Amino acid sequence: MTPADAEALRLRALQAVKGVCDPEIPVLTIADLGVLRDVAIRDGRVEVTITPTYSGCPAMNMIQFEIEMALDRAGIGGGQVRTVLSPAWTTDWMTEDGRRKLREYGVSPPKPGGGRRELFGVEEVECPHCGSANTRVLSEFGSTSCKALWRCEDCREPFDYFKCH
Amino acid sequence: MATTSIQVNETPLVLYLLRRADDALILGHRLSEWIGLGPILEEEMALGNIGLDLIGQARSLYAYAAEAEAAGNDEDTFAYLRDAPQYRNLLLAEQPNGDFGQTMVRQLFYSAFADPYWRAMTASGDATLAAVAAKSEKESAYHLRHSSEWVIRLGDGTQESHARVQEAVDVLWPYTGEMFECDAAERTLADGRTVIDPAPLRDAWDGTIGAVLSRATLTLPQNGWMQSGGRTGRHSEHLGHLLSTMQHVQRTYPGAAW
Repeated sequence: MTPADAEALRLRALQAVKGVCDPEIPVLTIADLGVLRDVAIRDGRVEVTITPTYSGCPAMNMIQFEIEMALDRAGIGGGQVRTVLSPAWTTDWMTEDGRRKLREYGVSPPKPGGGRRELFGVEEVECPHCGSANTRVLSEFGSTSCKALWRCEDCREPFDYFKCH
Repeated sequence: MATTSIQVNETPLVLYLLRRADDALILGHRLSEWIGLGPILEEEMALGNIGLDLIGQARSLYAYAAEAEAAGNDEDTFAYLRDAPQYRNLLLAEQPNGDFGQTMVRQLFYSAFADPYWRAMTASGDATLAAVAAKSEKESAYHLRHSSEWVIRLGDGTQESHARVQEAVDVLWPYTGEMFECDAAERTLADGRTVIDPAPLRDAWDGTIGAVLSRATLTLPQNGWMQSGGRTGRHSEHLGHLLSTMQHVQRTYPGAAW
């Protein structure tokens, strides 16, 4: 395989896998989330590198499955999916486009700056429905590892907040 | 998979990995026992989520232990085919859930240690351990904040909640010293910068626990005597009962899968 062929294959694979959606937040792709770390050609084969959001994220098997399916649909055989833990995933890797899509989906996007380490104090989170900052946390844990449950005190709607991590 | 227990060749690194993996698995399993019994829906989700993080951490550590031992064992055989004396977890992790307050105090005691521990371990000279640590420290910081808030709310709550959570603090206190121990096997790894000696983290832990208990209007126990033995397989009666539930399916139907 010439270097030009390898690059063409890499771009074709990237195009195929970057549209794979997160099974639990289907409005986001794995590229939006920052879960997709790399697409490379190794010994003539496609190697896709992904990283979990949380250590116990149950979606990783499904994401790997979907990547294999996407490569197959693009006519690319023999692809490998590799999972790495380092560098540790952070919500700072989420794309601007991903943040906009989340907000439109009704989920308040994570604040920049990663997870906080202070023991006490509360975060300020904007309501994805009406934009008000007059909100409060209902539960620090939500329907998936990466979300918390909040409520807007102005429009009274509950909403998910994508936790900073 | 056979039903008989496996034998593990516990080199210092394998032993270290099993200790930390067992802490996370046993505490994660304890939290999973709350599923269907949580006091409110939000807390049921929280306990399940924290348990999931811990079991995820355990899986990464067991996978590395399997690679380091290279004797054909894997995550599943480590979890399902070792008896209580082969488990290396902290006694604190296996203590029963008690009421919700006791579960939160146990979580606070563990997370106030795990948080600075994994942050310090991100500097490990072992790339795999540093990677596991970088994920675990983020998760632990969140667990610590959550359990602190509950201990404060319950301690500074009603007479009943205050009394119950104070009792939980007193009951669990003698199991907290074990976290800071460093035996010869772990010392070897610490000298090679693979792991850190946990003893110097005592000040940070005391500071966190002191601040939380003070806000919670709870009294810090003055008893300095500490129980230990989990790291060498001397466990309380509770672990065997936990394992009999957790291992039941694999012991009865070897290799069962779905």
